[in-house]
Amino acid sequence: MDLLIELFSEEIPARMAAKAREDLKSMVTQGLVDAGLTYASAGAFSTPRRLTLSVEGLSSESRPVREERKGPRADAPPAALEGFLRSTGLSLDQLERREDKKGVATLYAVLEKPGRRAPEIIAEVLEATIRTFPWPKSMRWGSGTLKWVRPLHSILCLLSDESGAHVVPMSVDGITSTNTTEGHRFLSKGRFPVTGFDDYAVKLKRAHVVLDQAEREAAILQGAQNLAFAAGLELVEDRGLLTEIAGLVEWPVPLMGRIAEGFLHLPPEVLQTSMKEHQKFFSVKNPRTGRIEAFVTVANTETVDQGATILKGNLKVLGARLSDARFFWDNDLRVAKAGMGEWLEGLRPVTFHNKLGSQADRITRIEALARDIAPLVGADADVAARAARLAKADLRSAMVGEFPELQGKMGRYYALEAGETPEVANAARDHYSPLGPTDTVPTDPVSVAVALADKIDTLTGFWAIDEKPTGSKDPFALRRAALGVIRLVLGNGLTIGLSKLILSGFDKNREAVALINARWVEAGNPMTAVDMDPTVTSADLLAFFHDRLKVFLKDQGIRHDVIDACLALPGNDDLTLLVKRAEALAAFLKSEDGPNLLQGFKRANTILTQAEQKDGVEYSYGADIKFAETDAERALFAALDAAEKSITPAMRAEDFPAAMAAMATLRAPIDAFFTATQINADNPILRRNRLNLLHRIRAICSGVADLTRIEG
Amino acid sequence: MTAPLPTPKSFQEIILRLMTYWAGHGCAILQPYDMEVGAGTFHPATTLRSLGTKPWAAAYVQPSRRPTDGRYGENPNRLQHYYQYQVIIKPSPPNLQDLYLGSLAAIGLDPSIHDIRFVEDDWESPTLGAWGLGWEVWCDGMEVSQFTYFQQVGGHDCKPVSGELTYGLERLAMYVLGIDHVMTMPFNDPQSPIPLTYGDIFRQTEEEYSRHNFDAADTAMLFQHFENAEKECARLLDVPEVDPKTGKRIIMAHPAYDQTIKASHLFNLLDARGVISVTERQAYIGRVRALAKKCADAFRMTEAGADAAVVS
Repeated sequence: MDLLIELFSEEIPARMAAKAREDLKSMVTQGLVDAGLTYASAGAFSTPRRLTLSVEGLSSESRPVREERKGPRADAPPAALEGFLRSTGLSLDQLERREDKKGVATLYAVLEKPGRRAPEIIAEVLEATIRTFPWPKSMRWGSGTLKWVRPLHSILCLLSDESGAHVVPMSVDGITSTNTTEGHRFLSKGRFPVTGFDDYAVKLKRAHVVLDQAEREAAILQGAQNLAFAAGLELVEDRGLLTEIAGLVEWPVPLMGRIAEGFLHLPPEVLQTSMKEHQKFFSVKNPRTGRIEAFVTVANTETVDQGATILKGNLKVLGARLSDARFFWDNDLRVAKAGMGEWLEGLRPVTFHNKLGSQADRITRIEALARDIAPLVGADADVAARAARLAKADLRSAMVGEFPELQGKMGRYYALEAGETPEVANAARDHYSPLGPTDTVPTDPVSVAVALADKIDTLTGFWAIDEKPTGSKDPFALRRAALGVIRLVLGNGLTIGLSKLILSGFDKNREAVALINARWVEAGNPMTAVDMDPTVTSADLLAFFHDRLKVFLKDQGIRHDVIDACLALPGNDDLTLLVKRAEALAAFLKSEDGPNLLQGFKRANTILTQAEQKDGVEYSYGADIKFAETDAERALFAALDAAEKSITPAMRAEDFPAAMAAMATLRAPIDAFFTATQINADNPILRRNRLNLLHRIRAICSGVADLTRIEG
Repeated sequence: MTAPLPTPKSFQEIILRLMTYWAGHGCAILQPYDMEVGAGTFHPATTLRSLGTKPWAAAYVQPSRRPTDGRYGENPNRLQHYYQYQVIIKPSPPNLQDLYLGSLAAIGLDPSIHDIRFVEDDWESPTLGAWGLGWEVWCDGMEVSQFTYFQQVGGHDCKPVSGELTYGLERLAMYVLGIDHVMTMPFNDPQSPIPLTYGDIFRQTEEEYSRHNFDAADTAMLFQHFENAEKECARLLDVPEVDPKTGKRIIMAHPAYDQTIKASHLFNLLDARGVISVTERQAYIGRVRALAKKCADAFRMTEAGADAAVVS
């Protein structure tokens, strides 16, 4: 049998549609399966006014279920027996009595659940789905108590097979299921019945509704591209906007219009953002000049005048919006040309966080940090400090006030207008980057310095006031900031000790916290002072970086235990070095010698550790070749000497593959040694010498990585 | 849906058509509230009457003031004094969207040539302690109305739910009449013996009030009036319910609510004068909200705001 469900309501917010489709599908199918039905396939659809589910190959009834439950022994106390009867709903004479081999009698309940017909199950499952649907925000309407995203008007619930289609009878808060729906709000009249999914989709299209979101998206994209192409222009694609628009229309009709000449000088980001945010327009650019010259709007209707009135209206609204944008731009340019002092001053009263002071306080810290960082990344300290000072000035500009997503982008324009150098201007744009695991990492040294300073200030600041991320809560996006630092360091191959930068960030933030605390105390409202030991807190923050690094490297295919093995070594606050080491170790473990050497090492380590625990001494020196008895033992001495000679300089030169290769040469001698030699010899001198020899294995290998951390 | 009527000729014709339309659909046509308010929602016919179970249907024009929006009459669409058209129906009828679309047709917006859309917009009034879900209604990309199903007002759940429609009259009329600058919009019929534009009536007042709101209003006095309104609101609600003179139980919910409206407008003026800092702002909004909640609590104790035993 096939099942068709449509929940028809007033306009569903576009941003909620995708998840609602998924939820409808999973809730209904899960409910059907839980009740003992099976199905072949299911698909969910949505338009602004409907959520639809089609389930194919549904079984017509659930199988009868026979469940056997073991109860208490026949001679159990009455209380236990009563409990069992209550839980099964049976009486004593309905229980079965069975004896085991020893003759002990136990009571069993055999419960028979008859099969149920599909319609009965569907009605129950659908009602439960509607009543518990996880809309991000839902509402009541009229005098009812039902909650839905917007008023729910009708429920179509139809089960069909060869014999025909039947409404599944059900009712929720006075809305009774039918086999009818309606089409486009303006282009179609009245309700109509349907006989199944195919009939439904065809009739909807006839009634000017494209049911499938993907089909609407494709139609919009195609139509918009064609309009642009026909005018010799090019559509600026925007996946997110496309999805949103397709969720706002049932019958998409793209229309293209030209932006008035007087606005074309505005920065393309401004045109694009204003049109997208306020009007949900696609931008259309001139492929020769790259300028944005036109837009595509998507109407939800066809008109006799081919959309002329609609386009005229949209142009009018756009004119008003862009007039505002031009007004902001002109005003901002005035402030920018005067050096942006007005904005910097304006950041003073803007609170960043009540324990960390104002944006202006923060900029002062970032400026000092950028100065510290500059020489480490090859930037001029004065230029980096200048860039840090100006990077956030645009937060006070009118344009960013209107379009916060333009922060940085406007900053670059305004810095250039203020006569700053391109590297200072670019830092304003790029210092927020990277924002995720895959976007571009800045490479210009000045941008890198400011970007690092910005993020380290954020992290040390929130660590200083003990506002760390917990579980799924990370309101200040500190994980993202840490990932940003990691990507900046690795992406630019920077070899810098993070600990020093962290401490420097803490110093500045601790001063700030103390200062702000003092201000509050003065105001008669002291905050709880945070007791912070900089050493402990720095170590904690470094460990946070290491955690984020593990997550990041896991996506690159490096196991967390490999990183742990490298973290144990000194210099682990140099992330570039750490990753180089981890990469070499990962490669080594994949080589032929790797796993075998690891086994040899672990065997040596286990024997040695056990002996050390048993004897209460540390066998840490004095292995002497003169006590070597076997050839294998002597060969191991030689191999260790040789390996040490290669490993020490390789490690010093940070040539980890060479160090690993040298370590690999130990594999055969270690294997041979274990085969030929008994460690726990009767002669205590030989035994001690051999344990000390094992210690050399451990020491040499541990100088490369802490192999005890490697799993397997 | 009603067939679209011919395009109106003036601002007032749009208002008259909306009046006729909503009167025809059973609304009591009320007059503006006689106090300075920031939006039509502040009229007690909406805030207070959306509480309790008694059915309600009203429509009215409400002159509204947003002191910070003053532009000396120069901006084509920004005004510190403007009109909202407000419809409030409790419980919200199932065909409210269709009724609304009918009202657009009544002022000449024909859905067969326009693109009318319901775009998500959740409404919240922090000063009234109110929120609801709904949409802004777009006509050819222009926001022409706000459509809200009230969920809470003054901290009280709305049961039943009221449907609220708010039309920004100037913007809507400018669109319908094809006008680019509000001041040039015909207020009465341009064929009248004495044709008047919006500017003839309001350009000078926009100038005067802009100057007043931004620079001249006496802030010390406004602060004092705010305090007074706040105190008076609380005092009126603390008076014993039984009136010693008539012996009747008379809760003064409306007079107290008037003081809330006053406090809210005084706050808006102080805001326009730029004397309220960012941090203080939240505190002031909270103080007005506290008053609105008290008034809602009081109104729920009155006959008009109580839960009727049976709602027909």
